[in-house]
Amino acid sequence: MPRDRANPAAAPARGGARRAAAEEPQRVTATRGGALDEASTTWLRTLAADGAERDAACARLHDLLRRAAHREVARRAGQLRTTGTELDDLALQAADDAMVSVLGKLGEFRGESRFTTWAYKFVVLEVSSKVARHRWHHDAPTVAETDWSALPDRLGLGPEAYAVQRDLVRAVRRAVEAELTERQRGVFVAAVLDGVPLDVLAIELGSTRGALYKSLFDSRRKIRERLVADGYLDTLVRHR
Amino acid sequence: MSGWTRLDAFLRTDPRDVGCDETLRVLEIYAELTAADPAEARSRFPGVAAHVASCGPCAQDLAGLLELIRAEQDAADGADDGGLPAAPR
Repeated sequence: MPRDRANPAAAPARGGARRAAAEEPQRVTATRGGALDEASTTWLRTLAADGAERDAACARLHDLLRRAAHREVARRAGQLRTTGTELDDLALQAADDAMVSVLGKLGEFRGESRFTTWAYKFVVLEVSSKVARHRWHHDAPTVAETDWSALPDRLGLGPEAYAVQRDLVRAVRRAVEAELTERQRGVFVAAVLDGVPLDVLAIELGSTRGALYKSLFDSRRKIRERLVADGYLDTLVRHR
Repeated sequence: MSGWTRLDAFLRTDPRDVGCDETLRVLEIYAELTAADPAEARSRFPGVAAHVASCGPCAQDLAGLLELIRAEQDAADGADDGGLPAAPR
């Protein structure tokens, strides 16, 4: 399991292009008026209580997380080659693991969202992680010869003239081979040409989603710079 | 859209993109803002918005969290219990 997936709330800022200081969650707290809503306050109080009150709160929380996990697993069921009991088991495992995370990190909840939303995040990340592991277990990436002819389809290119597609593939291939490190090439080929989902690739490589996204981010930038230098693309900067 | 234009769109990177780890760190906050006012969420968290626009797995996680938030809200509205208890109002 990628490190940051098992520990989402405490994940350090590691991958990505840069960290935007202006996006500190304190701004959102201000939006919410800095006050914890009544339901969240109740959750925190009862989960921190002793004896029967805490037991009842834990039971309610686990029931909530279990239902959320079932809903999230159902939403992602199309990504899995299984149905029925195995999906139920996956949801229950995700709820159990999310429960451990929520209880272990109660002290880190700062009231920047509703308590339940914060708790649901652990469910979503656990389901996401378990779905990736399931896919890796049932359909692990295989090492094959790089098939550059797959690039137009992977990029969703339309029915271009053969000559255009050939030039495009050649240009990208040259940029990949000239500009990327061996590690970056491996990640680019697996994720882009072979279409391996990033979370599945992270398991295969013993890496994390964040680290692989950063690798792809840097690769895309370097490839584009090379294509601009070679005159294939313009330099106009646009933000989506 | 021509092949070169589509390739260009794929290769372009947004310098505001904060990456997966920072996005996941604030995901519950961004999701609540998005559920309430998507434009406001994009305005307050441009780096997260840029990231989920180009990272499929993080976009999937956001979609899942949004669905759970909306299920709670629907339950509060009495429209659908969503398998979840009603969100506090």
